[in-house]
Order: sequence, then structure tokens, then C-alpha cells
Amino acid sequence: MRTSSKPKTSSRPSFKLTRIRIIAIVLLLLGAFIFFQAGGIDGDLVTTLTFQTTSAGEPPSVGNIDVPTSPYLRVIGLLFVVAGSLNLAELRAPRPRRASLGLMVLCGVLFIPTVIIAAAAGNETNMTTIVAESLRLATPLAIGAMAGIWCERAGVVNIAIEGMMLFAACFGFTTLFYLRNTGLPLETAQLLAVVVAVLSGGLIALLHGWLSITFRTDQIVSGTVINILAVGVTSFVRREYLLSTEAGAAKLGNISIPILSDLPVIGEAIFTNQPIFFMMFVMLALTHIVMFYTRWGLRTRAVGEHPHAADTLGINVNRTRWTNVWISGMVAGLAGAWFSLEATGSFNDGMTRGAGFIALAAMIFGKWTPIGAFGAALLFGFSDSLGIRLQMVGVGFPVQFLQMVPYAVTLVVLAGFIGRASPPKAVGTPYVKE
Amino acid sequence: MTEAAPVLEVRGISKRFPGVLANDNINLTLRKGQVLGLLGENGAGKSTLMNMIYGLYKPDEGEILVNGQAVDIAGPKDAIELGIGMVHQHFQLVDVLTVTENVMLGNESVSGPFLRRDRARREILELSGDYGLDVNPDALIADLPVGVQQRVEIIKALYRHADILILDEPTAVLTPQETRGLFKIMRTLLEKGVSIIFISHKLKEVLEICDDVVVLRRGKVAGHADPGRSTEASLASLMVGRDVILEVEKAAAAPGDEILNIVNLHVHDDRGLPAVEGVNLGLQRGEILGIAGVQGNGQTELVEALTGMRPVDEGRFYIKGEDMTSSSPRRVTEKGVGHVPEDRQRDGLVAGFTVMHNLVLCSYYRDAFSNTIVVDDRAIAANAHQLVEQYDVRPPIINNPAGGLSGGNQQKVIVAREFSRGVDLLVASQPTRGLDVGSIEFIHKQIIRMRDEGAGILLVSSELDEVLSLSDRVAVMFEGQIIDILPVEEADKDTVGLRMAGVRDDVQIESAG
Repeated sequence: MRTSSKPKTSSRPSFKLTRIRIIAIVLLLLGAFIFFQAGGIDGDLVTTLTFQTTSAGEPPSVGNIDVPTSPYLRVIGLLFVVAGSLNLAELRAPRPRRASLGLMVLCGVLFIPTVIIAAAAGNETNMTTIVAESLRLATPLAIGAMAGIWCERAGVVNIAIEGMMLFAACFGFTTLFYLRNTGLPLETAQLLAVVVAVLSGGLIALLHGWLSITFRTDQIVSGTVINILAVGVTSFVRREYLLSTEAGAAKLGNISIPILSDLPVIGEAIFTNQPIFFMMFVMLALTHIVMFYTRWGLRTRAVGEHPHAADTLGINVNRTRWTNVWISGMVAGLAGAWFSLEATGSFNDGMTRGAGFIALAAMIFGKWTPIGAFGAALLFGFSDSLGIRLQMVGVGFPVQFLQMVPYAVTLVVLAGFIGRASPPKAVGTPYVKE
Repeated sequence: MTEAAPVLEVRGISKRFPGVLANDNINLTLRKGQVLGLLGENGAGKSTLMNMIYGLYKPDEGEILVNGQAVDIAGPKDAIELGIGMVHQHFQLVDVLTVTENVMLGNESVSGPFLRRDRARREILELSGDYGLDVNPDALIADLPVGVQQRVEIIKALYRHADILILDEPTAVLTPQETRGLFKIMRTLLEKGVSIIFISHKLKEVLEICDDVVVLRRGKVAGHADPGRSTEASLASLMVGRDVILEVEKAAAAPGDEILNIVNLHVHDDRGLPAVEGVNLGLQRGEILGIAGVQGNGQTELVEALTGMRPVDEGRFYIKGEDMTSSSPRRVTEKGVGHVPEDRQRDGLVAGFTVMHNLVLCSYYRDAFSNTIVVDDRAIAANAHQLVEQYDVRPPIINNPAGGLSGGNQQKVIVAREFSRGVDLLVASQPTRGLDVGSIEFIHKQIIRMRDEGAGILLVSSELDEVLSLSDRVAVMFEGQIIDILPVEEADKDTVGLRMAGVRDDVQIESAG
């Protein structure tokens, strides 16, 4: 009698569940799901994507795109199925061909608009707002991630970004609060407030450096201490000095970038914005250039990877680390200023709401590179803005599920295409000269 | 013969570490354009002395003179400024950076704050042309074989205009071919006026390249030797302090039952390319089968497959008659297989663990060392004390992290662990790499003892001398296949050398057939 089990003596290597194939299977299932779900949507429903400026009044609309929801979803579903099966079918080749890989990447890119179109079925949704909001909400995350890069590239873990942000948000706002009635022009007071925020972030970072570099305390413990300290100190400050009067102050004003702000649609949505928002791009460029094109960056990376090698070349490992931790704190301080000075014009207990940790996650998603971390921060920002948008549109099920979608995409993309993230090798280990 | 001017002199240097007098009143002189050999056993204090010259340690007593001037070397920066360059035993290269970045690090060519990689790159190409140091300046260090990484280290020193070059056991990690290449480079350096301190415990190499030899023993200068009038035996006894038997003495093999049988084995390497392509081998108890071959012909992958560290694509292998293909390393270990891995830092030790814990890495869970929930540190320590003494690990402190030991002593810890377990099959890959003559002699004796007690031994070594002197049969591996198996009596160096180069049957072996 024959059994149905596989013959064990096959000389061909058996089917291996490689990373690409797992993604292919996920795509296949997802495509099938979308395809059949599309059948349940009323065939006449249309999603209208508009591209308008955020300001109400005169909408110089560039034009709307009407997407028939159900047919669109059927096409996308089919595309996913095709891409998935193509990649699965190439069993013999050690890895799939470039064309079918490209198709899979395309599917990944198309996924995000698909979510929007599906969720907003039968409604209008403004794409410009979604993009602008994503960028705006990504600001503290992106700047926070840059702070993480400065620190960790030099070999010091910084989970204290959250605490540094909170300190900075608090002291920055306190400064503005006390300066607003001194007769100083508002802009000057605000500028000083931002400077104080940045410096107080730097000051807290010195505490981190002192504990973790000088005393070689475990860097995670040192960071946790700062995070806990921040919650206590800032809420004390608020209760003692800010609560007496119902505290509120003017937010940082908008700046228009010359020329760029005259562009249609995006000119107003993106290039007329608040200062820390623009600082995000400055920090991104600066971090990237310093890390990869300057002497300081080269030394920083060497110290974070192999401090002993740097030492044998006459580089002062601990001084390099100190400086980077300090800079990291100041960058985190800038991110903190966003919460109290740019976004709200007030200070609340725990107002950073874990953004420091999300920034850290963005840094890791971005594999400790500025551009990657920025991309990850955008994704997180997009998820936030999508949630807000969909709540306004009013979808029939909990918004949180749709908010999860970008993260799920990230997980698959990270696991599939980018692979394991490898941190700087010496991160977390204090340097001891033998 | 006119004596060249001394460029570096060490006078009365001593260095004490907690519990050890690492250097005791050392004197030596390096002359311009010469090679000074520094010979000594593992742990004799060679590296400590060099680290003081390079400014990594501060001497407790004594002085250092460069070009006749007494100098104070407070750190590597001072040493670099004095023209001293050092190639460390463990390379000091940052894996994720390119060759150019590594070379310029700490001494960057810049305009403003910006790196000028192009300028450094050009300089590297010039140096590489001048001294025959062939490297690609744009390659990532992680992608380079050790021989090339060493060239990068030498370029690093030359880029800083070093004219005194310290090479700390440069040949320990090299294949014989790479060693030839290094010597060629060293001769070019000498012609251009560089003076070299060459640290090694390979006597043949020291005799070949050095102009003068200083021998250290237990932190002291044991004597000077003139390479022209010394022999390997005289250097060895100076180094160890007693006569050393360089020839391996062994009785004829008495092969017993088959312990390992490999049938048509196929294994791929890290890049997914075939590395072992249809190997068939049999090994009996009481026999040493040596595998000779130029490194990179599949030996590494073969050993990893046999020890359960690498999946098998095709074919089977049987240990004591049982099919062990693609078993876990634990299962292979439990079957009575000992493994001395090729890369001791990566596969042999947990660098952060203490010596005593490293000595029970494959037996900590057994009854002798644990009661299923907690390990018995007292038994582990007792075991460690005994082995450290028996295998002469220096310093004999069992609570030190294993990563802090010198390379040779790390190897002794691995060998002690694997040899003391009572194994029936020993897979030993480069078992004496980086060891001094005294230790080599000891390990060779142990291998033969194990053979005589009935274990089967698979010996993989790129040292042809070692394979020929230990083995009972010699298999030659070339491009993933065993292209010849010879009884050791028929395996002379020339024949095996030809086989290693891939020459198969077209040369008749002259032997009484």
C-alpha cells in the first residue's frame, strides 16, 4: 500500500520557506481577501480623492480623482494574487527573478492608497491634508530619531529620548510663560523658549553621559532613571509654577519659504509651516551629512563599532561619546519643544505620550541611518493622520484597525526586504581601557 | 659587518599586572632596516612589551629610546608621532567601514570638516603600489579575508609614516601562501628603510626573516640568538627552557572499527554556493586521517557539516554506524564527537564567559556539573583547576574572561575542553594554529594518545608539516572534492603539494609499490 507521505530520498533540495516566499504567501492571501471583500462593496460607490489646500475658503483644487471603489479593489486584489503566485512559482530558481520581485514591491507601495480608498468608500477624502498632516505629526518622531542616531552611533544607548523631550517641553514652555509679560516681543520670547528647551535637553543628556560613560552605569538603567525623573520633575514644575493661572501661550508662528510656498497646493500645505517642522528637514540633512561625510561622523561611527580600534589610532573614545550624547540631548530637546511650543502652546503632564520611544523605534526601523529613520517616522506620522482622517470620514468599524495597517506593512517589508537590523556593534558597552 | 644605527631601544622595562610580573627588566635593541625577532611562548610577555612601546600600557620601570632619544609614550598618538606603527594580533579594523575609511581614521584628510576620501584613496593606492600591498580601497573590511585585512593594517601604519613597525604574531592567522606574501612585503619594507619587530613563535619563520632574535621566557629575556647560527631545536629549548622534541614520535596505527563514514556529501557555503561536492571518506578507530588542502577548498564547510553546524544538501554521513546527517550540534556532541573549531573566537569560546565556564560549554548540563536546575560551580571550578594546570593555560586564573587570554591560551582552553571529554571521534581543525612549540608538542602528544586509546581523528590543517607528521593517512581536498588519499608513507611533500594545487594523476608517484 502506498502512503501519501513525501519520499525521503529525493535528491533535490526540498522546498524551503525563504523570506521572499513567506511574503509571497502573505500577498497571495491578502490579495484574495481584498478581491472577495470588494465583492461586498456596492458597485456604484466611488471614492473621490481631492487635492486641496488645507485652508478653507478659496479651494484652488488641482482636480479630483474619482476611483470606483469596488472595481479598483478587485484589480488590486488580482495584482496581489498574481505577484504572490509569480514569486511562489519560481521554485527552482534559488531566488525569484527581478521582475517578479519588482511587482511585489509595487504591491507594497500600492497598499497604502488602497487602504485609504477602501476606507473612504463612497466619500471624498483630501490627499493633500493626509500628506501634510503625516509630515506634521512625524516632526517630533523624526527629530527624536535623529537624537537617537547621534547617541547610538557613538555606542551609547539612548532610551531617555522620551525623558529629554519631556524636560525640554516643560522648561521651554515655562520660559515662554514667564517671559510673555516682560515686554519682550513675542518672537524673541519664543526663540528664547526654544533655546532653553534645546539646552535643557542637552543638560539632561549630560546626566546620561555622567552616569553611563563616567560611572559606566548600565545605559538602559541610566536612561530609565531619566525617564522616570522627567515625569516627576515636570509634573512638579507644572503644579507649582504653571497651574496657578490657566496657562496658555501663543504657538510658534508660521513661516513661508520663499518661492516654494507659491507652488500650487503643496505650497500652502507644506511650505508654509511652523519653524520646528522645517527644522526636521534641517536636522535630517545635518545628521546625514555629519555622520557620513565628515571627520566627526567617521570617528563617531568607529567609536560606536569598535572603540578599541579607534583608541589605538589616538581617538579619545569617551570624549567622542560625551560630545555625541550631549548633541543627542539637544536634538531631543528640539523635538520636545515641538509639543509645548509648536503644537499646543501649553504644557501638560506626560504630553510627549511615548513619542520618544516611537522615535527610537523609528531609528531602529531605519537601521540607524538618518534617511531610513526619517522614512519610518513618516510612516508613523501617516498612521496617526490616517486615524484622524478616518474618524472624520466615519468608517463603520474601529479606526484603530486601519491605524494598524501601516505598521503591519512595515513589519512585512522589514522582515522581507530589508532583513535584520544590525545596531552599532559596541552600543551599550562602556569603554574600558585595559 | 657594520652595525646599523639603533632606532628603538628598550632599557630595563618592567610591567606588573595584579598577580603577575608580565615584564621583568627587559632590554632590547632594534636597528635600522633590520628585523628583530621576538620569540616566546604564549603568555611570555611579548604582547605586553609591545603594547608599552605603542603606548597602550605604561611601563612601571625602565625607559624607551627612539633614535637615541629617551621618550615618554603616553598613548598611541605619541607612538604614531614617533613613527611607531603596530599591527595587533587581533586586527583593529572597523568591519562596517571601507578600507579607505579605516586607513584614514584618526588621521583623516579633510577640507574643512568634510572628509576627502578621494585624497586618502589616492595615497592608499600609491602605498599599495610602492610596497606591493594589493588592496581595493573601496572594499568593506567585513568582506575581506584575513590576509588582506593584515595588508590594510600595514597600510594603516605606513599611511602614518611609520618607520618602526611592530607585527604582533602576524603569521598566526595566515595560510602558508599568505605568509609567503607577507614576507615578500616585509622585504620590500626593509629595503625602503623600515625597521620591523616580528613577534612569532614559529621557529622556521623567525630563522628565515630575522636579523636578530630575542627570546622571552616568563617575562624575562631568556637570551639572544643569531639566526645564522641557530637551529629550530636550539631556539625551541631557549624558549621553553628545556629540550623540545620537534619530531612527532608515534607507533604504527592499529585501525579498528569504522567510526565515521561519509557518503557523497554535498554542502554549500555562506553564499549559497556549493563548497563540498561529493566527498566520500571513511575513518577507523585508532587512526588519524589528515586532510590537506589550500584553505577555502571546502574543508571548513566539511567540518561544519560533520559537527552539525551546517545543513547538508545531499548525501549522508554515519558516526558509529548511525546516520547523523544534519543532526544538532548537541546530538553530535552526545554521540562522542569532539570538535576543535577553525575560528576559535567565533565558534570555540564565549569570550565574555570565564575560563571555568568555557571549559564546560558542552557538558555543563551533565550530572557531574549540574543537578538539572542549577549548575554546580564548585564542581566546574574543580574541573577547571585541573584542566588549566594540565594544559598549562596562562595565566592560570579560572575566573578571568576567556576573551582576555592570548590567542594561544584561548586555543589551549578549547583543546582542554574537547580532549578531556573522552571522545571517540575528534574533528580537529587547525588545532595548533597560533600555538608555541611547547604547546604544539603537547597537543600533538595528546592527539596521538587519543588515537592509541582507540579514537578516530579527523585532522584538518593548512600546515602541511603538521598533517604529514601526525597523520596515518592523508586525504587531499581540492575544490570541494577529495582528489587523493595516500598512506602517509607515500605522501611526501611534493606529491601532496601537487595534489593540493589540483594536479591529479598525471604525475607518477615514485615509491616502492
